Amino acid sequence: MKTILKGSQLWLMGLAIMVMSCGQSNNQNTGALGSNIAERVYVAPGEHDEFYAFVSGGFSGQLAVHGLPSGRLFRVIPVFSQDPEKAFGYNEETKPMLNTSFGFVPWDDAHHPDLSQTNGEIDGRWCFINANNTPRIARISLSTFETEEIIELPNSAGNHSSSFVTENTEYIVAGTRFSVPVPQQDISINEYKGKFKGAMSFIKVDPNTGRFNLEFQIMMPGFDYDLAHPGRGKSHGWMFFSTYNTEEANTLLEVNASQNDKDFIAAINWKKAEELIANGDFETMNVEYAHNVYDEATHSATSTIKNEVKVIDPSKYPGLVYLLPTPKSPHGCDVDPTGEYIVGSGKLSASLTAHSFTKMLAAIENQKFDGDVYNIPIINYDDVVGGVVQQAGLGPLHTEFDGKGFGYTTFFISSEVVKWKVGTWEVVDRQPTYYSVGHLMIPGGNSRKPFGKYVLAMNKITKDRYLPTGPELCQSAQLYDISGEKMELLLDFPTIGEPHYAAGCPADLIKPNQKKIFRLEDNLHPYAAKSEKEARVERDGNEVHIYMTTIRSHFAPDNIEGVKVGDKVYFHVTNLEQDYDVPHGISMIGANTSELLIMPGQTETFVWKPKRVGVWPFYCTDFCSALHQEMQGYVRVSDKDADVPLSWSLDGE
Amino acid sequence: MKTLASNSLIFLLILGMWSCTPPKEGESSTSNSAAVSTHPKGQASVSDDVSDKNILQVAVSSEAHSTLVAAVEAAQIEHVLVNAGPLTVFAPTNSAFEALPDGTVENLLKPENKGQLANILTRHAAPGSYDIEALKKEARKGRKLYMATGDYLEVVVDGDNVSVGGAAIVATIPTSNGIIHVVEQVILPN
Repeated sequence: MKTILKGSQLWLMGLAIMVMSCGQSNNQNTGALGSNIAERVYVAPGEHDEFYAFVSGGFSGQLAVHGLPSGRLFRVIPVFSQDPEKAFGYNEETKPMLNTSFGFVPWDDAHHPDLSQTNGEIDGRWCFINANNTPRIARISLSTFETEEIIELPNSAGNHSSSFVTENTEYIVAGTRFSVPVPQQDISINEYKGKFKGAMSFIKVDPNTGRFNLEFQIMMPGFDYDLAHPGRGKSHGWMFFSTYNTEEANTLLEVNASQNDKDFIAAINWKKAEELIANGDFETMNVEYAHNVYDEATHSATSTIKNEVKVIDPSKYPGLVYLLPTPKSPHGCDVDPTGEYIVGSGKLSASLTAHSFTKMLAAIENQKFDGDVYNIPIINYDDVVGGVVQQAGLGPLHTEFDGKGFGYTTFFISSEVVKWKVGTWEVVDRQPTYYSVGHLMIPGGNSRKPFGKYVLAMNKITKDRYLPTGPELCQSAQLYDISGEKMELLLDFPTIGEPHYAAGCPADLIKPNQKKIFRLEDNLHPYAAKSEKEARVERDGNEVHIYMTTIRSHFAPDNIEGVKVGDKVYFHVTNLEQDYDVPHGISMIGANTSELLIMPGQTETFVWKPKRVGVWPFYCTDFCSALHQEMQGYVRVSDKDADVPLSWSLDGE
Repeated sequence: MKTLASNSLIFLLILGMWSCTPPKEGESSTSNSAAVSTHPKGQASVSDDVSDKNILQVAVSSEAHSTLVAAVEAAQIEHVLVNAGPLTVFAPTNSAFEALPDGTVENLLKPENKGQLANILTRHAAPGSYDIEALKKEARKGRKLYMATGDYLEVVVDGDNVSVGGAAIVATIPTSNGIIHVVEQVILPN
């Protein structure tokens, strides 16, 4: 009986083998094995992904770094929110990064990363991302994967139409989503029309250092400004912003801002703006904004409050801005790799509108205008539209291009990605997403040279897609192979919340420039101790400064006495390691802050205010070595009036 | 018989899966399996010209340690010497190996003696970072040095000369993951 059963098992398995070997010839959709999908996203242990994907962390305020095609998460870079894992915004060195004109703001809503470019191609130097809530733009080094600079934007509110890069990284643009009174004043909200303005900020980027300067603002009418993209190639020198609420409503926008049949894409000639600035055709406004810069040599950030911005009123200067009628509350505003087509995705429209840059220039030349708004000319729709993708889906949001003549647009309501042909405007493929897709990303998508192998779609809702985790579920990204005629869903992976937008590029543009360690001899931190001989403790009134070092596997000093209740104790800790991937951490019992995580050659500081007498331990929080568990120390805390002298030692010396 | 049957079934199954897998453009389906078989490459293969040199890199760059390096490779313990450690390594010179009885090194380098060789080499490594001052302190405080094999070696200080397990230290080199003390004698078990 047993033998017979075994025989039938053998037979069944044989059949299974036959079915499997036939699968390929019959049908590509026999699952992961049959269609080879698993192999196409599999990156073997120790192998590297082909692309980096920088995926915005939305309301986490951070930026996630994934690899494609595997979807693996490598790092979450703290940008606008405190991060106890890396001490960002907790240690004394990086607290100034989160300073604003409103004071310390430990959180924001990070939306749209974009990568620096040279000659219209991704150059792998920096990633930029916007803070939506308290308007800011950040620059992240792609050598250290750390946030190096954050600039606040005055006159802006809901900094959503950001942070898009021109083709030589001349400017990062940042348009306000919410129009506000400019300057801010105590007026009735009902006075919105005419008194509220929308500031489009142009931040100049130093080509060598990447340092920001808020160069000028163009003060647009009081619409909502949603997204933007730069012209490229023939349209280089122009910036395109999508608008909604051209009704200038100030309440129940879901109804009142959906009245007009068409809103606008605003085309701004920023080269013209540069001329105006050079000619002195601007007003200088008194404002207040923070500019925060992290210095790699001192391992410290400084925050400077600035008080002036140059403002251009477009109603006074013909030729600076034109309005391109675009149905209906457009979200995405995307430019194809040639720079010819500017695609508006009207959220409430079933069709996509592609404006033609060539036609736009001709219409301007021939004055084909259909009135104006606040003295800004509206170009006649028929004289600027280059094509329409008809009835493509429901709720179009964002388009990217593959560089092979196709556009890929997300549709939120119908949960799908639609592929269409530039020029003929015909839909050639559509694939479902799971579910309610927002933006999508093709590596190099915002450039002249997209790498059209994959598209990554980012979803808002996942419901049944993963193991449930209570009422709040993960968000997700889905990877499609777009190398063939039809898109193919390869992979579905969870992301941190919320993946609004992403930028990506081939890993080879970034990998060779990685910072491995900081040289100790280059460390200019004022409280660095560059050898154990320099380790010491100094008292200055009730401030105690510990100049501490770390090396596998001890702190120097590790026994400290003479600290008193009420002191303010600064742990300035220098990691003496000069070896790749060997950080040390430190934390003190009862410290009202996070740990430190100190890279080789770096100095970081945390403050501890001892509240009770006793002997209190500290320890290394990063598993640094075989003797990590031995890496600890003690601080003796005496009463306020005690006369215990200040002393420190390591191994009794 | 049962084992044989199930083995061949698994083999068939694998064969079946392979035949299902169409080669990708410009890539044969076997290249993937080759890539798998070469992994893990290990830390010793990480290219890094920025960090300070680690114990293995220092040893490799020293002509006087070519026998030691060959022995480390034969024993396949090179990854230990690039690990975060930290380690203190007492590195015998070529002449130290030459001083062993004839045929000893050749015999140890044979594949079948890999375990014995690894054990001998490991006796030259102490977990922890002991520079020359730290070793003197060990002697002064009467502490023996605990080696990675579990042996305790005595540190003897005689004027400026320091020896461990009877091997005199002739030079000390700090590395990114520990300390190398050059010795002119192989430290053999008692």
